[in-house]
Amino acid sequence: MKILALDTATEGCSVALLLDDVIIERGEVAPRGHADLILPMVDEVLTEANVKLSHLDALAFDRGPGSFTGVRIGTSVAQGLAFGSDLMVSPISSLAALAWGVFRESGHTEVLALIDARMDEVYWAAFRCDERGVNILVEEQVTPPEQVQVPTGAWVGVGSGWASYAQRLQHLLVLKIEAERLPQARDVARLGRNAVTQGKLVRAEAALPVYLRNKVAWAKS
Amino acid sequence: MRVLGIETSCDETGVAIYDSEAGLLAHALHSQVDLHAEYGGVVPELASRDHVQKTLPLIREVMDRAGCQVEDVNGIAYTAGPGLLGALLVGAGVGRNLAYAWNVPAVAVHHMEGHLLAPLLEPNPPVFPFVALLVSGGHTQLVAVQGIGRYELLGQSLDDAAGEAFDKTAKLLGLGYPGGPALSRLAEQGDPHRFKFPRPMTDRPGLDFSFSGLKTFALTTMNTIGDGVQDKADVACAFEIAVVETLVIKCRRALQQTGMHTLLIAGGVSANRRLRERLDAMAIEEKSSVHYPRLEFCTDNGAMIAFAGCQRLLAGEQHALAFGARARWPMESLHAIG
Ligand SMILES: Nc1ncnc2c1ncn2[C@@H]1O[C@H](COP(=O)(O)OP(=O)(O)OP(=O)(O)O)[C@@H](O)[C@H]1O
Ligand SMILES: [Mg+2]
Repeated sequence: MKILALDTATEGCSVALLLDDVIIERGEVAPRGHADLILPMVDEVLTEANVKLSHLDALAFDRGPGSFTGVRIGTSVAQGLAFGSDLMVSPISSLAALAWGVFRESGHTEVLALIDARMDEVYWAAFRCDERGVNILVEEQVTPPEQVQVPTGAWVGVGSGWASYAQRLQHLLVLKIEAERLPQARDVARLGRNAVTQGKLVRAEAALPVYLRNKVAWAKS
Repeated sequence: MRVLGIETSCDETGVAIYDSEAGLLAHALHSQVDLHAEYGGVVPELASRDHVQKTLPLIREVMDRAGCQVEDVNGIAYTAGPGLLGALLVGAGVGRNLAYAWNVPAVAVHHMEGHLLAPLLEPNPPVFPFVALLVSGGHTQLVAVQGIGRYELLGQSLDDAAGEAFDKTAKLLGLGYPGGPALSRLAEQGDPHRFKFPRPMTDRPGLDFSFSGLKTFALTTMNTIGDGVQDKADVACAFEIAVVETLVIKCRRALQQTGMHTLLIAGGVSANRRLRERLDAMAIEEKSSVHYPRLEFCTDNGAMIAFAGCQRLLAGEQHALAFGARARWPMESLHAIG
C-alpha cells in the first residue's frame, strides 16, 4: 500500500510517504512557512522513493481542526495533487493524529487531545486507541477548557491546549501530558491507511477542512 | 500554449482557460457577494472558506466547457497577490499543486497586472506603449506601460480608491454592499445640475487622486435635503459626475504628459457607463484611442489571470515549488518580459 500524507494544520509542517511498512518523511516546525515548505517536501519524498503520484493508493491530509490558514493550505495542496493525479483522498482529524502519535510511541490507549483554539477555547476530542486504529469516545468539539469532560479512565493528555490552559484544565485527571506534541504526517498516513482498507475515501472536491469553529463573522448592527 | 488561470484574491472565485492561438476557451466565475452582504463588506475568513469549496468544481467546469483534456493544458497561472492572504493561498495552493501533478509549469500572477491586461483579450487590442488607468475596489492608479512588466506609476489615490468611494457613498445612500453598480444605476435618474461636487486635486498639477472627501461631501449634502428617491438620485448623479470628471481630467493630463495616444482602462469601475462615454469623448479631442475590457472582465475574473499568466509562461517564466502569496506587492517590482 502506498499513501502520501500531509500535515500543515498546526505549527508543524510535515509530509510522509507510507510504502507498506516503510515510512519516508520530512518535517519542520514552521508556523508561517507551510506554503513554502510543503510541496518541496512532497517532491523530496516521492523522488527519494522513486514513486509517482499516480502510483499511490490514496492521499491523506490533516483536515483540522487547527489554524484556519494552515488547514486550508493542507486542503488546497491535497485538492490540487489529488485532482491532478486522479487520487482518492482520506481527510484525517488533527486530534486523531495526535492521539495515534501518543499510542504509537508509548502504547497508551486512552488519549484526550486538546488543541489551543485561541479566544479562550480548545478544540478537543477523546479517543481509545488499539493496534487497528483510533476510536472516538467523545466527539470533536470546541469549548472553553472548563467544559472538557471525559469518563474516568487512564487518560494521557496531548496537544497545545494543555500548555495554553493548564490552570483551567485542573478538573481533569490525567496520567501524563504531552503538550509539546504536534500532529505529524506519519500518523496521518497510518490513519489514512485504515480509511483505504475500509473504503472511506472521498473525491478531491470533497476534501474539505473541518474548522469546528463556525462563528467567524458578526453582522454589522 | 494553453493555460488554466485561477483567481481567488478577494470575493470572487474565477477560473478560465486561455489559448495563445485560439483565444479564450472557457471561463467560470463564482461571486461571493451574497455571502458578505449582511456584513457590509468582505469578511476575509468567510471568503477563504468559500474559495476552498469552489475552486476545484470551477476548474472541472471550465475543463469540460472548453472540451479540454489534461494533456492539452500547458501551464497554470494563479493570482499570488495583492489581495487577502488567506484567500490568495487557496488559489495558489490548488494551482501550484495541480501544476505539479500535471507536470506543467506554474506562474504566479500579479492581480493588477491581470486587470491591466484584460483589455488585450478584446478584438483590436491596444499596442504598447499606452497609459493605463486602473480603477477598482482597492486601486486607483495611472500607469505608463511600455510593455508587459514595464510599468511606471504616474499617479495614484492618496486615500480611497474610486471603487471604494463608490461603495462607501452607496452605503450612505442605503444601497447595500457593494453598491457601486447600484449607485450608478440610481444616478441615471438624477438631475445632473442640482448639485455640484468638487473635482478633488484637479486644480493643481500632478496625477494623484483623492476621493475620500467626496463621500463626506455627499453626506453633508444629504443632511441638507430630504431623503426621497429623487434626492438620493440627485446626490448619486452629482457624485458620479465628480468622480468621472476627475478621472477624465487626469487621464487627459497623463496622455498629454507622456505624449502617448492610447489609453487603456481596467478594474471594476471601468464598467461604469458614464465613465466610458466621457473617456470616449475626451479621446476624440486628444486624437487618441481608448480600450476597455468587456463588462464581465472589468471586475475580478479568471480570464485575465489565464491571459497574463500565458504571456509570462510564453516568455519562459515559471514559479518554484513554494507557493507563498503576498497581500502587498508593488506592480513596479514585476519583471519585464519581451
Ligand atoms: N458600474 C459601476 N460603476 C461604478 N463602480 C463600479 C461599477 N461596477 C463595479 N464597480 C466597482 O468596482 C469595484 C470592484 O472592482 P474589482 O472587482 O476590480 O475590485 P477589487 O478586486 O475588489 O479590488 P482590487 O482589484 O483593487 O484588488 C467595486 O468597488 C464596485 O463598486
Ligand atoms: Mg480586482
